[in-house]
Formats: sequence, C-alpha cells, structure tokens
Amino acid sequence: MSTLTAPRTFAQKAIERASGESGLAPGQIVDAFPDVYMSHTASWRCIRTLERMGVSTLYDPDRVAMVMDHISPAMNAKTAGDHRLCREFADRMGIKNFYDVNAGIAHIVLMENGLIRPGQFVIGTDSHSTIYGALGAFGTGVGFSEITAAWVTGKLWVKVPESVRVEIDGELPVGSYAKDVMLKLIGDLGADGLTYCSAEFGGSYVRSRSVSERMTFCNLAMEMGAKNAYVAPDETTRAYLADEAGVGADGYEVLLPDAGAEYRDTVVLDGSTLTPKIAVPHTVDNVVDVDEVSGTRLDQVFIGSCANAKYDDLEIAADVLKGHKVAHGVRLVVTPASSAVMAKASRTGVLATLVEAGAMITNAGCGACAGNGGAMADGEATLSTANRNFQGRMGSYDSRIYLSSPATAAASAITGVITNPAEVMG
Amino acid sequence: MSSREPAEQPGRHRIGGPTITFGESVNTDVIIPGRYLVSIDPAELAEHAFEPLGPEVQRRLRASRVVVAGRNFGCGSAREQAATCLLGAGIQAVVAASFSRVFFRNAINTGLVAVECPEAVTALAAAGGEGEMWVDYDEGTVETSGRTFGFAPYPSGLKEILRDGGLIPHLMRGIERDEQREERAAR
Repeated sequence: MSTLTAPRTFAQKAIERASGESGLAPGQIVDAFPDVYMSHTASWRCIRTLERMGVSTLYDPDRVAMVMDHISPAMNAKTAGDHRLCREFADRMGIKNFYDVNAGIAHIVLMENGLIRPGQFVIGTDSHSTIYGALGAFGTGVGFSEITAAWVTGKLWVKVPESVRVEIDGELPVGSYAKDVMLKLIGDLGADGLTYCSAEFGGSYVRSRSVSERMTFCNLAMEMGAKNAYVAPDETTRAYLADEAGVGADGYEVLLPDAGAEYRDTVVLDGSTLTPKIAVPHTVDNVVDVDEVSGTRLDQVFIGSCANAKYDDLEIAADVLKGHKVAHGVRLVVTPASSAVMAKASRTGVLATLVEAGAMITNAGCGACAGNGGAMADGEATLSTANRNFQGRMGSYDSRIYLSSPATAAASAITGVITNPAEVMG
Repeated sequence: MSSREPAEQPGRHRIGGPTITFGESVNTDVIIPGRYLVSIDPAELAEHAFEPLGPEVQRRLRASRVVVAGRNFGCGSAREQAATCLLGAGIQAVVAASFSRVFFRNAINTGLVAVECPEAVTALAAAGGEGEMWVDYDEGTVETSGRTFGFAPYPSGLKEILRDGGLIPHLMRGIERDEQREERAAR
C-alpha cells in the first residue's frame, strides 16, 4: 500500500517542487529554487549590487529574464545609461531572455514569450508578479537585492503560505468585467485581506474566462496583499500556451490542488449581481459603485498597465468608443501592454478606432502607471485602468486617481465625467 | 547608513528611540515616490521619504528612530527603496500592527528591523501617540510607555541576515567564508 499523503494546496505543491522538500505545511520556511528571476527596469540596481559583491558568474543565466518596461523609452541621460548597462550586461553574461524598451510590460511579455509555464516558481522585482498564476505558476514579488542574490545562489527563502479559495460563479451583467469582480473583492476584503496568502481562484465564472482575464484576477490579488495567485490550468491555458506562447504540453507540469486540501478561508462571490465598480482616491480598497461617483469631472483617462491593457481590454474600449469622440479637454492616453498587443490591435483596426475617437497611443510599456508620461497637474483627476491609485503616483501629490474597467474608462472618456458604461453601451 | 551615532547598546540587539506614528495601509508610493527610484543611495532617497505627506512629516521623520504604524505597512509596489530611504533618514526599526509581505522582506534584506507587534502600537497610541520605543530583536521584545511586549522571534536565518546588515552583506560574508575554506583546503 502506498504512503498516505495529506491533501495539499497549489502553494504547498509548488514550493515542494521548487525546494525539493516534501510534506511542507503553512508557516514553514525553506529555500526554493525559482525557475525564472524576472527583473524589470530595476535590473540596473541588481547589476550594480552584483558589482559591489565582486561576483562575475551567475547561477543560471537562462533563468534570468530582463524587461526594460517601467521607463521606456529612456526619459533622460541617466535612464538611458541604466538601459545601456542592462543591455551590455545581458550580452556579456549570455542572458538570452533580454527584452528591450520596445517590448512592453514585463509580466505580459514573459507570458507571451513562453517563459512562464504551469507549475513554475517565479520571482520578480515587481509586486504584481502574482499575475503568473494566470498560467498556473507560482509568482511572487521581491526586492532587487533578492533577485541579485538569486542570480548568484539560485535560491531564496520562502515561507509556505496559507491558502484561500476565491470561488466566483455566475455570468456578469452587461457593463461589468473581470476588473469589476476584482474591485468588488478588494473593497470587501480590504488592502490586507489576503496578506501572506496564496489565493486560488475558481468557480464557474473563473473557469469560463480567457487567460487575459485570469491575468486581471491574479494581478489584482496583490492589492489584497496576496503572496501569489492561481487559476488551475485547463484547456484554455493549454490553448494559450500552444497558440500564443509556443509552448507544447510536454514543456510543463501542471500542479493542481488536491480535493480536501486545507484552506484558511473560502470567499464566495455571485457574479450575476455585480455592478460596475470604481476605486476612489487614494487607496485601492476604497471601492464604490460607479453610480455613486458618476458625474465626477475628469482631466485624463488612462487605459494601460499589467492589469488592463491587453488586447481584449483595448478591444472593449474601442467597442465603446467607436463612433464617439473623447470629450473636449480630456486626454485619453492608451498604452498597450506589449508590442504584440499593439501589433494585433493595429491589424484588427482597434488602434485606428481609438485614434479616430481622439486617443493618443503611446509605445507599449508601463507608461503613466509608473509615472512616465501622462502626468497630472495640481488638482487634476485621472480615471485609470491600472491597479494603483496611491497619492502622487501619476504626477502631482495634489491630484486624484480613480480605478475602473476599460469599459468604464472608455465611457467616461466620451462624457468627460465618470460614467457607467451601461449608459453608453445601450 | 544613518548620519547619527548608532543607538545600539553593546552586547544587546537593542535599538530604538523617538517614534513617528502613521496610520493603516501606508503604501510605498507615499514612502518613496516612484520618480526617485532612479537612485539607490540611502541619503539621497531619504531626502524624499514621505514627500507626498509634506515637509513637517519629513522633518519629524528625521528626528525619529522608530516608525510606528497600523496594519499593512508598506503595501503596494515591491520597491526596495521604501526600506532604504527610511534607513537613510536614520530610522532603525519599524514596529507595525502588520506588514505587507514584500516590505517585510525588503526591510530584513536591507538591514532594517521590522517588527510585528500590534500591542506595542496600541500601547503607544493609548499613552498619547508619540514617545519612545525600543526593540530587542534577539530577545523578541518591544518596550514603550513603560511596558514591555513580546513578539514572535525571527527564524534564525532572518536573524543572521539582520546581524550582517542585510542580505547582500550576509551573502558576501558567506562567499568570504567559502573562499577562506577553499584556501585552507588548497594549502
């Protein structure tokens, strides 16, 4: 008779795989060996740290992935120098997964290029590394010193997290989207509702959603403090990996939670009763119905970020904006998540629709969400599809950021005031 | 890191001094705005620590040794400079009701003592809001307002990182030890 093993969560399995340990329980601390160490614009800080250490060999250059996304293209001589340092370092060290300023947002670029696969353990110099759960990987954010340490030692200490199930069922009403689901959850659970937890998303609604929408779930789980997020890989995942990322099913190992695994909590949401949501200044858990703040004057609308600037996000915005014009005095800034998204939106006419409506399209990258371009003056307000509305994040400390779905953002760009998309979509 | 004399007492890992208190869910964009992440210099970053909250808060920060906060301190961006800028401003410890996990890691990894002790935060608030706070991270105690509170001690690996002044100095010390061992073996 085989040994009985206690049922395990996804997080337990992923950390056991990455650490080579078995029988791990929440709270235990082990050394884990990540499959990928992602560093974005912070890469130059890692390189400088490595130089300070006097180390010149890497544990495994093939696990290093660098993406020049937060400040792209360079905005001054300093940042141009930082980019050059990374470019030259990647060449010298034989780092083949180097993506330059033209590529787009690291998370999206890595997933599109087949670097993120089910079952992997991935660390990144970005809190939204939780997004890799959209493909069934364990993704979590760390600082640049930890990425540098992983470059050298190949490992980092990690605490096995408790897990929470988030079950979402039902079809969403017209005008509500994945972003509204997440804003509802963030508002209900709070900015630390999932701190240190592994958030496993499930339910009929989640299972029916695209990889892009799953990215939105897993990305925004961070705004409740989650350590990582996860959607169980299925046929949708397999098709995305094969068709979009060029990864066959023999290129990864799917890890599924066991029936009967222990969860700290189960959160249940009925999607069919949802209404469009909006996070108001200056915290992401300050969530209200769009209708409660409709009519609020806007100076700018930003459609961008790793939360909501993928192809389907731009398409939703274009569908709302088609045949309309952006309101007088409002800047509509659209920053595609990646160059691949931008190319597809160009081929399908989505970009033309946006431009004809009065949008300005920037190069792919983090853009205004990271405070680069699309800044606000004192007293101004932006409605953004990004994941953070913290004070001063987009320019003046005396400006305001609201967060919504692309549909709400597009509808509001037409009217110049916060608007429920159902009103425009008819 | 700090321009001031270290307040650590000989033989003990006791650090602390005057407090500056913040509320809940203080995010890293407020601690150090993204526009200053082009630097990794603690002194330069300290100039801009808590800039969105205005010069009075910044002045008080520089006169303090311990940041005290409510739940979820350091939420948001994974920027390591949120810990570095506090060290640059002369802060030696952050005592909070709870931390965002990335900030907690970044604090330990940069040598900033981060202690979860809601009881101490509540006691300081009850005693008028500001005063002094002292942390002994070896013993796992926080003293404030004439009372001492315990906190769950760090796992030994984290304690070693803190003692070495952060993750990178800790690794460098390890590399040095390995080299010395290799040299001895070669002799």
